[in-house]
Amino acid sequence: MTNGLPFLPDRASTVALHVDYLIGFLLAVTVILAGTIFVLILYFAIRYRRRRHSAVQIENNLSLEILWSVIPLGLTAVMFLWGAKLFMQNHQPPPNAESIYVVGKQWMWTIEHAEGRREIDQLHVPAGKPIRLILASQDVIHDFFIPAFRVKQDVVPGRYSTLWFEATKTGEFHLFCSQYCGTQHSAMIGKVIVMTPADFQVWLGGSRDESPAKAGAQLFQDFSCANCHEPGPRQRGPNLSGVFGKPVRLASGETAVFDEAYMHESIVAPGAKVVDGYRPIMPSFREQLTEDEIMDLIAYVRSLSSEGTKQ
Amino acid sequence: MTATTHPLPENYLNTAYGWRSWLLTTDHKRVALLYLISITLFFFLGGFFALLIRLELLTPAGDFVQAETYNKLFTMHGLIMIFFFLIPSIPSVLGNFLIPLMIGARDLAFPRVNLLSWYIYVIGGTFTLTAIVTGGVDTGWTFYTPYSSTYANSNVILTALGVFITGFSSILTGLNFIVTIHKMRAPGMVWFRLPLFVWAHYATSIIMILGTPVLAISIALIGIERIFHVGIFDPAIGGDPLLFQHLFWFYSHPAVYIMVLPAMGVVSELITCFSRKRIFGYSFIAFSSIAIAVLGFLVWGHHMFVSGQSPFAGVAFSMLSFLVAIPSGIKVFNWMATLYKGSISYDAPMLYALGFIGLFTIGGLTGLFLATLAVDVHMHDTYFVIAHFHYIMVGGAVMAYFGGIHFWWPKITGRLYPEGWARLAALVVFVGFNLTFFPQFLLGYLGMPRRYHAYPEEFQVWNVMSTAGASILGIGYLIPMIYLLWSLRYGRAAPSNPWDARGLEWQTASPPPTDNFETTPVVSNDPYDYGAPEKSERRAGEVAIV
Repeated sequence: MTNGLPFLPDRASTVALHVDYLIGFLLAVTVILAGTIFVLILYFAIRYRRRRHSAVQIENNLSLEILWSVIPLGLTAVMFLWGAKLFMQNHQPPPNAESIYVVGKQWMWTIEHAEGRREIDQLHVPAGKPIRLILASQDVIHDFFIPAFRVKQDVVPGRYSTLWFEATKTGEFHLFCSQYCGTQHSAMIGKVIVMTPADFQVWLGGSRDESPAKAGAQLFQDFSCANCHEPGPRQRGPNLSGVFGKPVRLASGETAVFDEAYMHESIVAPGAKVVDGYRPIMPSFREQLTEDEIMDLIAYVRSLSSEGTKQ
Repeated sequence: MTATTHPLPENYLNTAYGWRSWLLTTDHKRVALLYLISITLFFFLGGFFALLIRLELLTPAGDFVQAETYNKLFTMHGLIMIFFFLIPSIPSVLGNFLIPLMIGARDLAFPRVNLLSWYIYVIGGTFTLTAIVTGGVDTGWTFYTPYSSTYANSNVILTALGVFITGFSSILTGLNFIVTIHKMRAPGMVWFRLPLFVWAHYATSIIMILGTPVLAISIALIGIERIFHVGIFDPAIGGDPLLFQHLFWFYSHPAVYIMVLPAMGVVSELITCFSRKRIFGYSFIAFSSIAIAVLGFLVWGHHMFVSGQSPFAGVAFSMLSFLVAIPSGIKVFNWMATLYKGSISYDAPMLYALGFIGLFTIGGLTGLFLATLAVDVHMHDTYFVIAHFHYIMVGGAVMAYFGGIHFWWPKITGRLYPEGWARLAALVVFVGFNLTFFPQFLLGYLGMPRRYHAYPEEFQVWNVMSTAGASILGIGYLIPMIYLLWSLRYGRAAPSNPWDARGLEWQTASPPPTDNFETTPVVSNDPYDYGAPEKSERRAGEVAIV
């Protein structure tokens, strides 16, 4: 850790510098405005002190009122537009982002890489590559916060949140849960370890963990999903090969994209968005499956699309 | 307890003694004192919790109290300071005491309802205190679901009931103020002769009446989910956790303005009196209060930028949040213009008022960081937010409350407080406050999350400063407690108008008689008539001066 007084947090993602520029602008406006106000208060308090000055009554000045409404309005408009533009840019992950699955539970983060490596309270990522986190919570609301990346996202139970970043320098950075989640909230911390892409590949290969897709395939059999979702005489639900990431037509006439959030919802609340042509007969698996298991199932179904063929 | 040593003319304090005369009183001035005593107890209890929090944070390790205890401490600090001190502070004490005096009325419109509000407040407070004594509550003052509705094992129901009940006290007070301001003004007290203190309370009352029921609803729904397992907020039983946040902030953001609008009202009174100036831009200050009350209802989503709320909703809420900054800015600029070419004295209430302007300015400007979407993503739920709202609520609301208590102390008690001590305390509070909370802006930017029992070592230096500041701040709050109590017995008797102020409340005796004025005053001037010759006979039709 640094000696002396720390003023600046680490800056280790592509968006961090852009956020800091904006903070710099806000700080400049704050210092100029607050500074002017403080200097004027002190000046008036001394210049017009009772012993030296008796009051001169001045009551209204419409042009002044307009001036000090319009100038702040203009300044805040700049802040708003700049902040909103950057926020919307930072919101949308690039299409080539690699997905990593994260589940928060009281009081730890479990993380699964698509290649199979699993970790707890640590997130290894390669520098220079966009990474998209798919976040779920097993219990209460958590929040995934990496100060050095200037990113933060609440992880809300019952739905998927996403967060993306591209790390720019290697090293270890804080990972904090920043939404109060109960007794050990302040122990729900970890490290983000940014490695060079080559080191990262070595690290990924050092795993003997089962890949999420493989674990998902096992669950798919164990919970008899195949009975209804694979072609055959007993098929009663949509075939899941080759559908991931594509639009599906719903019984309601609307269209949904078959993504992680859609599939999560279809497992815990199957009646919400039924595919056109099928009856709403699937039971909810909310009680039977943990969030990690649902993520494994998603990884499996996703693999059915990326390979293009059914196993 | 005051009037035994001096033979004073009959006033609201010496007109009757004994418990019944206090506990069954319908005199708005006595009810205000009942509130003063109760909220002071809560203020020091909440402050004691803050002290324990700061002691824990002196070192990075969680070594002073257990994690569970720490979570209960910050929860109870927040609950007590917000619901049992800040929200009732200026309205229920100063507003209660002063609104009838300022508009020339004998009492509030519904004196019995006023006493009822205090009893409801005490009952709600008792529930919450019981919850604290029997084990405490650890949900955070924000009661976020599904933690509060399903997972927390502490006294959630009892605490929620306390807050629920206390809300009705707020609603009744707001109702009472609105009817009083509409119907009880003395002849000649037209709307644009109302002191800005009264305008601010009018705006506050609107929020109390419209917002508080929504808080009651959201808390009741938590109770229903916890007790009957009806799925409202917990997704495991079919609810939506974000629904709670929408409901909660629909009240709790406007509640910030319940705390700060009355403070702005106080500051308008102090600035004019101690600079001997008519207020600059009366109607702009008056209508900015109303604008804040209205716009304040449209910005709750800025607490939810990273919650998973639609990013487009985030954009809309960000824009509206910037708009609400404009009327606050207008007030600050008009106060500055009021100081310009004034004749300024540095009495203790004025020191608090000037402190308010400075600290509120910092609080407001740092609020802009949090309204800026891309910046809030980094700052949200860090110490930056803690610092920001303490600048508004402690640097703003509490400074103004202390300023107001000092300013009207002679009117309320009939005694003068020791001015030298008061100025010293105001300076100690100002220094201690800044040392406590300024470092927290840096901690937040560095990434320290709020509600952390233990934290990484690199954050320690700023935390040590903050804890040192908090001990100075604590002393700053204890000094007035001592000399104000002292003044009740030993303070010099106050004249009816020790500050040579122009408001109607100074035209009656200190302390005022039970009926406030000997005869109904007739008002012919505005409340900031400082341009007129000193001690003029400007209220020609009025024979109220004792």
